[in-house]
Amino acid sequence: MTVNRRDFLKLAGAAGIAGAAQASSARAAPTNRVSDDWMGMLTDLTLCEGCRKCEWACRGANGLTHDQPIDDYDDKSVFEQRRRPDAENFTVVNRFASERPGENPTNVKIQCMHCFEPACASACLVAAFRKTPEGPVLYDESVCIGCRYCMMACPFGMPAYTYDDPFSPAVKKCTMCFERISKEGGMPACAEICPLEAITFGKRSDLLALARSKIESEPDKYIDHIYGEKEAGGTCWMYVAGKPFGDLGFRTDVGTTPYPELTKGFLSAVPLVLTVWPALLMGAYAFTKHREQLAHAEDEQAANSTTTSEEGIHG
Amino acid sequence: MANHAEAISLKQWVRRELFFGQSFGVYLKSLITPFNIVAAVILCVGLPIAFIRFTQGLEATTNLSNDAPWGLWIGFDVLCGVALAAGGFVLASAVHLFGLKDYRPLVRPAILTGFLGYFFVVVGLCFDLGRPWRLPYPMLVSYGVTSVMFLVGWHVALYLTVQFLEFCPAVFEWLHWNKLRKWVAWITIGATVFGVILSTLHQSALGALFLLAPGKVHPLWYSPYIPVLFFTSAVAAGMSMVIFESMLSHRIFKSRTGDHDPAQLDRVLLGLGKGASIVLLTYFGLKWIALAHGQHWNLLLTKYGLWWLVEVFGFVLLPCLLYARAVRIQSVTLVRVASVVTVLGICLNRLNVSLITFRWDQSNRYFPHWMEIAVTITIVTVGLLTFRWIVNRMPVLSDHADYQIEDH
Ligand code: SF4
Ligand code: SF4
Repeated sequence: MTVNRRDFLKLAGAAGIAGAAQASSARAAPTNRVSDDWMGMLTDLTLCEGCRKCEWACRGANGLTHDQPIDDYDDKSVFEQRRRPDAENFTVVNRFASERPGENPTNVKIQCMHCFEPACASACLVAAFRKTPEGPVLYDESVCIGCRYCMMACPFGMPAYTYDDPFSPAVKKCTMCFERISKEGGMPACAEICPLEAITFGKRSDLLALARSKIESEPDKYIDHIYGEKEAGGTCWMYVAGKPFGDLGFRTDVGTTPYPELTKGFLSAVPLVLTVWPALLMGAYAFTKHREQLAHAEDEQAANSTTTSEEGIHG
Repeated sequence: MANHAEAISLKQWVRRELFFGQSFGVYLKSLITPFNIVAAVILCVGLPIAFIRFTQGLEATTNLSNDAPWGLWIGFDVLCGVALAAGGFVLASAVHLFGLKDYRPLVRPAILTGFLGYFFVVVGLCFDLGRPWRLPYPMLVSYGVTSVMFLVGWHVALYLTVQFLEFCPAVFEWLHWNKLRKWVAWITIGATVFGVILSTLHQSALGALFLLAPGKVHPLWYSPYIPVLFFTSAVAAGMSMVIFESMLSHRIFKSRTGDHDPAQLDRVLLGLGKGASIVLLTYFGLKWIALAHGQHWNLLLTKYGLWWLVEVFGFVLLPCLLYARAVRIQSVTLVRVASVVTVLGICLNRLNVSLITFRWDQSNRYFPHWMEIAVTITIVTVGLLTFRWIVNRMPVLSDHADYQIEDH
């Protein structure tokens, strides 16, 4: 990754005491909160039947191990365990049984949410993540040092790591098929293969309107909540469902504040410490010194008049 | 002043300074002590594991997972390591900036511990990083200026340099590099001020790292106040480490401690104990303010709530009262007991935040692999060996015979 001029200037400031520049640039995360240009995805959980073809397609599109034929994905036994995306599966489908007998289970496909203001990007100390103007959040392996702070920070716990790779371990996560969608008419692999069209790809603003109209036209089928509209400050990937999201394995405690805000207060206190501390400390030093000189002068006076000897600690 | 080092041949110098005037064979024999045998066994286990870690990867040696990206190496080696190494900046500022010259004999050991502490924190970090050889990337290649981790990285690097500079006078005295010694002594004040600023920032920044993990860190430990909590507790930890260490080093290195008046040392330790009790009281108060701010009173009666109370009463308030009592009855022994409890308590806090309560919502929780534990023990052992090697040779616990103490 090359250093552009702006970064360099930031660094020039930062290099002084490493941090001066931080607060001023703490807003480097995109702040154009709802960009009409952003692309996104809408997953309708009432439609998904759990065929897991999206998992198969995702592996193919991302050059992951892809040796299992698509028919193997019909195996429903994987649903016995709750899975999470990992280095070989950027997306996984989990099945949540319904409490009411006879009612269909809900299948939930999860992957990186492509946040507006990604926690992963604000956490990375080498700026390996980038929110593209198109919407996807992309990761650049070539600068990553492997501290895994991005994984600590992601509100949805999505990034995975190739722990088994000794020499070039890397973070792995969904890219919203950036390559494919950059081409005219391209679709993310999962959306393209979905036989039930449970995943819709498009401009995020259009998807939001679509989600709203679904909920309005069939209020019995959908709950009145678009997951991702506001979660963690808003995400490009959104969901509608027939059940509360908390029952479907979604985190409901992520709030609506963009995650980078959480550290902004701290980062903006940094310049304060940098300016106030030296002054205070040097002041303390000057005061001490002055006091010592006075004491010294008095000592000398005393020594001149009487012959007292005082046992000095550091004599 | 004639240079000592030039007056004797290199061979003589090596023999006198490195092998305490013994021949190499005798020196080697003198190394066979129970402590060294234990250390050797630890290294025999630890070094091969280090080899496996760097050739087979993290999967082979750790229990880290996608849900638990940070384990013992961050939770203990880095978080506890940095907190416990805070003694260096606390004492340097007390002596050099606030003129508390009584503490002077403790400054060098504290700075040495600080320096080695940070150095081995970085060693531990290298085990943990996926690609440790890219350690300088945040300084040289790509700048994630919105990241608290970026701040931590820069500060630890700079602070390591500062502490090295602060310790240099001892090294130069040992080597009799007089000109250089004068020069570095002159920059001590600047280095101290810079060091205090850096410490304030990165001690709190280590806490601020967790600001991005609400819901993952248990709400009783997650708080917007976490940077302040980390800083305050690090000051207490640093002071306690100095006390703790003075007990160990003065007992073990008796021959090197020179003619410091033991009564004076006791007075100094009691003074430190008083300071530590005040800091701990502040920390205790801050813990409750953070709790009140989050309004998590209801959580106190849960399993984690009780654990929180154990930490706050057993490992913050208790040592605070022990310190206070020790000062009242002028008991150095009790001060030392309190220092041990404090150190354990701060470690417990760091582990609670980063490991024990982390992802408390999940059933499948992280527990360190035995190899992770072995590596941690190995790093601590190598740290101790290095500390001993230096203390036995350089003027750390006592002033070098050839040098008068100059006050700054
Ligand atoms: S879901 Fe996680 S990995 Fe994806 S953009 Fe948001 S913070 Fe980053
Ligand atoms: S693991 Fe890599 S991408 Fe993630 S925060 Fe660390 S350096 Fe950045």
